[in-house]
Amino acid sequence: MKIFRFLIVSLLFLICNTYASHAGVFSFKRDNQITSDTTTFVSPFHDDNERCLKCHGQGKYEYTNETLGRQVKALMCSERIVNREDFYRSNHKSFSCTDCHSSEYVNFPHAGELRMEQKYNCIDCHGGDEKFAQYHFEEIETEYQQSTHFKLEEDGFTCWKCHNPHSYKINIRNKDNLKETISYDNAICLNCHSDFNHFQLLTDREEINIIQKHDWLPNQKAHFANVRCIECHTKINNNIPVAHLIKPKGEAVKLCNECHSKNSILMASLYKFESKAQRRDGFFNGIILNESYVIGANRNEYLNLFSLIIFIGVIGIIGIHIVFRISKNNKNY
Amino acid sequence: MYLYPKWIRAWHIINAVMFLILIVTGLSMQYTDKENASYVVGFAIAVKWHNFAAIVLIISYILFVTGNLLTKNGRYYRIGKKDFLSDLGKQLKYYSWGMFKGEKHPFPVTEERKFNPLQKLTYVLSMYVAVPLLIISGIGLLFPEITITRFFGVSGLILTDILHITMGFFLSIFMVIHIYTCTLGAKPTSLFWGMISGYHRSE
Repeated sequence: MKIFRFLIVSLLFLICNTYASHAGVFSFKRDNQITSDTTTFVSPFHDDNERCLKCHGQGKYEYTNETLGRQVKALMCSERIVNREDFYRSNHKSFSCTDCHSSEYVNFPHAGELRMEQKYNCIDCHGGDEKFAQYHFEEIETEYQQSTHFKLEEDGFTCWKCHNPHSYKINIRNKDNLKETISYDNAICLNCHSDFNHFQLLTDREEINIIQKHDWLPNQKAHFANVRCIECHTKINNNIPVAHLIKPKGEAVKLCNECHSKNSILMASLYKFESKAQRRDGFFNGIILNESYVIGANRNEYLNLFSLIIFIGVIGIIGIHIVFRISKNNKNY
Repeated sequence: MYLYPKWIRAWHIINAVMFLILIVTGLSMQYTDKENASYVVGFAIAVKWHNFAAIVLIISYILFVTGNLLTKNGRYYRIGKKDFLSDLGKQLKYYSWGMFKGEKHPFPVTEERKFNPLQKLTYVLSMYVAVPLLIISGIGLLFPEITITRFFGVSGLILTDILHITMGFFLSIFMVIHIYTCTLGAKPTSLFWGMISGYHRSE
């Protein structure tokens, strides 16, 4: 009975340990914990920008209507709102509004034709610039032009549909919290693909249901939380930080083995930035990672070798035993 | 002598079949490669069958433990302190030396003693240590959201995975040895027939 008691206590301990951790009893940091971004950046153009953000920085703005001779309060169009916090955390945080927008915007009311101004695309500033050479923007542009998104350019698709110039920040190199990165990056895709208001601006297709479209995917919830959409929907290119060639839906990765295998494609995409550093650490042989777990990709070569030696040893011992048994039987006859 | 009641035989065959499915599908999941889309069983099929077999195995394990608690079968797994190690030595010596010299089995099967000391130890370690750990770690992998995220700086899922595959490996080794030692009866097939008919044939 002692063994039963020991086992029951052990089982209870393990179960309690698991659930207590889940309930947050212990102080283990959970991966999906959101770490606050404590930006201390102070823009040299803060005061200049504030002239715009005074109205565009929130949903409500006020101005003096000289014709009426009184203060007017109005709601700002949601597409024209720039969140200050997001902007000053973004890649373009050091910009002045008029670096990209016409300086004539300083006049109010804004001239109507300003709305028709040509907006810059990424390549307009980043292309051909030595400072950004390592990011290969030209190759990103080429990939984009081969991408299925490029077909929508006439309907208004631009870089900005995914990379909001007022809030986008490079995220994949945020190694501290991969789940946060995944969530951030997937939100970019879902902004159109699960929000029909945005989706219908670019296509006449009917509303799509992402959950239903991915019905075939086992353990859908875990996949959505642990990989980015682009892992399956882009063609990997090792020359650029993040693949931009969005494949037609029929060419998306559907074979489990593509990720769940020793040479998982995730090593060249999601774990690309961690892989080099972690490969040196060695303990889990490679990158898949202390942080992440992918069935079929997490392999420990030492355990594999150890288990193979034990298996061969056992088969060897059984083989020798069989030989002795046969020779004993032969002697008896 | 009648040694294996129907419930034991039913549990044993279910356990054996599920274990074989789990080994094949588990290996397929662990070692499937991109270049070789179907190592043994395709990954997607392996996942489905692994999950199905695991659930059946858990139910059958609960019935096994319940059966052992409620019937006399549980007594066969009790390890007495007295002389256990020396008895274990005798059994090992018999398998490695004595049986080839024509010595008699040191612990012949009786209604009171279904297992020899070596069987008893391996069965207890397998059924009451390895299988529970395998099941708990398997549940942790099936529901990753309930598993400890990090444990002493290492991913809880990876540790759970290592525990799972280690237990799976040792139980696979146990299964190989178990099948082989079952050929050591009066005839190489008699112990297998005993588990089908319920009757043990003495040597």
